[in-house]
Formats: sequence, structure tokens, C-alpha cells
Amino acid sequence: MIRFLLSRVASTVGVLFALSVLVFLIFFAIPGIDPARQMAGRNPTPETLAAVRATFGLDKPLPVQYWRLMDHLLIKRDLVSYTNRGVKVVPELFAAAPVTLSLVLGAAVLWVGGSVLLGVIAAVWRNSIVDRLLMIGSLIAISIPVFWLGQVANLITQDRFHSWPVFSWIPPLGYTPITQDPVLWFKHMIIPWIVLAALYIGLYARIFRSSLIEAGHQDYVRTARSKGISEVRVVFRHTVRTSLGPFASLFALDFGVLVGGGALLAEVVFGLPGVGQLTFQSLAGLDLPVIMAAVLYGGALVVIMNAVVDVLYARLDPRVRMA
Amino acid sequence: MNTSTTPPSLLDVQDLRVHIRTERGTVTVVQGVALTVQANEVLCIVGESGSGKSVTMLSVMRLLDEKAVTYEGSIKFQGRELLDLPARQMRAVRGAGIAMIFQDPMTALNPVYRVGWQIAEQLRAHRNLSRRQARTETLRLLTAVGIGDPGRRIDNYPHELSGGLRQRVMIALALSCRPKILIADEPTTALDVTVQSQILQLIFDLRADTGMAVVLVTHDMGVVAEIADRVQVMYGGNVVEHGTTTDIFNDPHHPYTAGLLASIPRLDQPRPARLPSIAGTPASAGNIAPGCVFAARCPHRFDACSTQPELRTVGDAGHQVACHLDLTVADHRAVPVGDATGTEGTDLL
Repeated sequence: MIRFLLSRVASTVGVLFALSVLVFLIFFAIPGIDPARQMAGRNPTPETLAAVRATFGLDKPLPVQYWRLMDHLLIKRDLVSYTNRGVKVVPELFAAAPVTLSLVLGAAVLWVGGSVLLGVIAAVWRNSIVDRLLMIGSLIAISIPVFWLGQVANLITQDRFHSWPVFSWIPPLGYTPITQDPVLWFKHMIIPWIVLAALYIGLYARIFRSSLIEAGHQDYVRTARSKGISEVRVVFRHTVRTSLGPFASLFALDFGVLVGGGALLAEVVFGLPGVGQLTFQSLAGLDLPVIMAAVLYGGALVVIMNAVVDVLYARLDPRVRMA
Repeated sequence: MNTSTTPPSLLDVQDLRVHIRTERGTVTVVQGVALTVQANEVLCIVGESGSGKSVTMLSVMRLLDEKAVTYEGSIKFQGRELLDLPARQMRAVRGAGIAMIFQDPMTALNPVYRVGWQIAEQLRAHRNLSRRQARTETLRLLTAVGIGDPGRRIDNYPHELSGGLRQRVMIALALSCRPKILIADEPTTALDVTVQSQILQLIFDLRADTGMAVVLVTHDMGVVAEIADRVQVMYGGNVVEHGTTTDIFNDPHHPYTAGLLASIPRLDQPRPARLPSIAGTPASAGNIAPGCVFAARCPHRFDACSTQPELRTVGDAGHQVACHLDLTVADHRAVPVGDATGTEGTDLL
């Protein structure tokens, strides 16, 4: 276990280092980018530009610049944004993280619960009208872009039908921390949760359905039936249990991506100041310090979730534990 | 078969037809099979792959996918019609009344649960046992099927056991609720040769101890000769011959039975360069011409074979054959079903 953890930590560090170098190089390889020009205000004199360059170390060679950036980001933790002068990057990121986590955790609960339920229903009554309708519905859910669905949800709940009692309790777009007012937090998050979960419920229900059907043909499921146990037990204890592997590993990776900033579209549509929104703004403003921080944060989450997948897989399938 | 003096059979299958709906239409894989099982006997069902042996047995357990299958005929267990039984009552029969062990113990056990758990699951489904009682009973069962160090094996996963041990676990599982009938569907086919006889011996011994009946599906005639009381020969979804082991081995009437027997090497005769085999390919369901199912491969074929022969009694009571001719051992010797040098012959065993 110790060896497993150590090798995981080592590979995480390696991946993140490569990622940061890549982001750094791409940033400077893009033609026409001059951070100094952006920071120096309109129509700067050459002297001002030179002064800005000197202050931010932009006149140094790239390896030195890279080192200074990482030093301020990871060790001194006082890296400041290029575009919003004086705003420290690390605290800003950590302020955005709980917002994203609220969004993704809630959506994940809905999408795991929803897709397992729908997947089981579709698999048990496969080829029936219920199955067909569910699969068509899931395909629609997968195909609808989250920004469109979010806008429609906003149109209904915030505008056209907001006066109706069903929607009048929904607060204006924005975010309230759970520590401040849990009820308001919940009211803010419920619509974003449903909208973000819709796509994943569709996707995961389809995946789960097909792995359930595949597992249903296995000999051990026939053995389970021959034992005279109830059909519910056959499905949940034998079929569902052995179908969880691919589902769980896919889930962990998607979860990592979303927490790491992948929920950007939902965050923008619902005005949630999360990591995705932060990344989006930093990319639009070519704000290297924030981009770097956000990319490393997202990358770290994906790598960590990958390790979680391995542990999960070993928990779910004893045959993997040997290796 | 049953005269009025014999007690009713434990299992009585009459005129069973099984139709399976596939994408290419409905296929009748079992075509009017009759079968009886008496308490404490060993009935062997023999025949090539695709002869409908396994489907017949799975029908008795009602384990086929009933969304795609229609049954006709009757399957009576202890006088109760299984084909009409609601799901809940059928579950009470499975495992406790009739239990089944399957061909490949590698895939028949769930890979993610400990073997002890899988046995205890069945125990607790049929008997009102606490977790602790179920574990004690599981240990007893594992010991009874000859597993060494059961205290350790009970917590092993299937992949940690050898094929032979896994099949022993399957047997312990099947016997856990003291079934009246044990159906063993080619229980040794997937095992090493050295383990095969041990497993068969175990099933045979356990039958003596428990008084249950055993239905053994196999294509190993050597095994049949050793342990069967009665033999039923199936071909193309039909029963073609049925009788006591002595009837079948000493006085086979059906050319297919004779062909099966001829393809076993004999110790009391000079060994042929190549074992005889039955010419042609086995009939497959959905691809059977009207008339006798074996006609296409039969050396004694004549005009009457375009109509299907009924099972009729020959010689001893209970010896039945579905053939228009009344062939004897001498006839089979004179005109063998296969040719020993034939290239088209399908190897049977």
C-alpha cells in the first residue's frame, strides 16, 4: 500500500510538472502575446513597457521566468494576476473551489442515483416500450448542450414563470456559501444541479444499461437464479454489483474533470463564481498566472481521481487486488 | 413407462417442446421430450452438442429467458406442474427441490463474492438461518464435498481456487438445501482429466448418502457405463432411445446409440487405427427435415424414414426406441453408422 501511494505521488508530480511546462511554453509560443503590453495600460511609452517587463521579470530567459512563476505560485503563494493588479491567484482559486465543489457534488448525487435507477429499469425491461422511451430520452439529454438547457431553465424559472408558486422560491442567479445560509445555498444550487446532471444521467444510464445486459448473460447470474433467490436479489446483488466497475471508474474521471474546472459552461450560465468561470476569464484575458494555477489544480484533480479509480476497482473486483 | 403399481415419479416430463424466438424466427430446440426420474436413481442423458440435453434441463429449472421462450407439454415435480408455477413458488423449487451444477465452474461462480458467501446466500434463501448458523452449515458442506482446510477456503474468492475445488464448491452449493434431484450438466467437461473421476465419484457418493436422484448430462459413454441406472439418448431435440444401462450397452436398437457406442475405444478388442465416428454433421435445431431426425446420417435409411417414428417399447419394459426398424447388435455390426477411415466423419467425443 505504501509503495502504491509513493508511486502514485511520484507520477502525480511528474504529470503536473510536464503539464505546467507545456502550458507555460504554449502561452509564450502563441504569437502576439505580450503580457507587458496588457499590463501597461493604453498606449504605453517604451519606457513604461520596459519598466513593467523589469518588475514582472518578463525580460528574463524563459526557464528563469518559469521558475519564478512556480516559486510564487507554489512556494511563496503570493502570485498576482496579470490583468487584475493586486489580486492574489492562490486565494482566488481557493475561494472559487467550494462553489464548483457544491455544484458538482450535488449534480453527481443526482446523476449517480438517476442513472443507476434508469439503467436498471431499462435493462430489466429491455426492449420494452419503457426501455425505448428511456433510451430516447437519454439520447436527447446527452445531445442538449448544457448552456442551452441552462438558459431555458433560467428563462422558465427566473423570467416567464417566476411568478408561479412552483418557481417563485428560486432566488436570482448567484451563489451563497453553505456556511452562510444552507437553505439559500440549496435554493441557488438545485436548478444548476439538475441541468448539469441531465447530460450525465443520459450518458451513464446508457452505459450502465449495456453493462447490466452483458452481465445478465454471465453464467454466474444463471447460477444465482438456480439458487432460488429473489429476482431483485439476482439483479442487485449479482448483476448490478459486477457491472459497477466501468461505471465507477468513468464516474471518478468525469468527477475529477468537472471539479477541476470542466463545469465551466454551467457555471457561466448560472452565474456561479467557480473554478470553471475563473479559468474561462483568465483564458479570455490571457492571464498566465491564473491559467497556470487553474490548469495545475484541474490536472491534480484528474490525476488524483485516477488513483481513486484504481483503488475503487480493486475494492469492486477482488481479481484485481492480486496484481 | 409407469405401470399402475409403481409410485408416481419424482420428476415427470411429458411431450416437452421448447420454442425459442430468435431474430431469424422461432426455433423449436426440444421436440416432444419425455423423461421420468425416480428417487435415488442416476439417469444419464447422452447426445452430441446441440441435441437439446441442456435446454431440456434448463427448462426443468425454468432458467431459460422466458421472454424469448415458450414451453409446451408438462413438467411435473412431485406431482406439481412446474410450467404453471408462479415465479415465487418456482423459486422455492429451485435450489431446494431441484438443484443444478453447471459445466464450467470457472464462470458459474460470481467472481466478486467469497465462495462461502455464495453458499450461505442460498442457505438463507431457503432455510431460516442466522448468519452464524449459515456459516457453520457452509463449513460442514465444504467438508462434506472433500475440501481440505474449509476454514480458509470459505473466505476465498473463486479465482483463488483450482477448477476441481471450484466444482466442489458448486456441488456444495447445489446440495446445501438437500434437493430431491441434482441436475449435473456436463459437470466434468471443463476439468482436468485427473479431477474428472474424483468429481463424479463425489456426486455418486453424495447421492448414496442423501438419497437424492441425479440427472447427469454427459457425452462421455465411459461415465455412463460406470454410474447410470438408466440412460436416455437424445438427438436433434428428440429422445431416440431410452432404457436401463444394460439395455443401452448390450442391446442398442437405435443406429445413433450404436454409433455412439462404436466410437468408444474397447479394451477387449484390437485397437483400430482410427476410432469410428458417425458420418455427417449433427442436426442443429431449426435445420431439421421432417421425418426421423437421424435419417440424414443413418446407414439404414429407407422410405418410412420420411415420417417421424414414435417411441415404442422393445424387449424389456422400459426399453424404448424411436426407429422404424428393429435393429439388433448384429445388424449394427454388419452396417456400421460411420466409416473408420471416413474424412467427413464428425468426431464425437
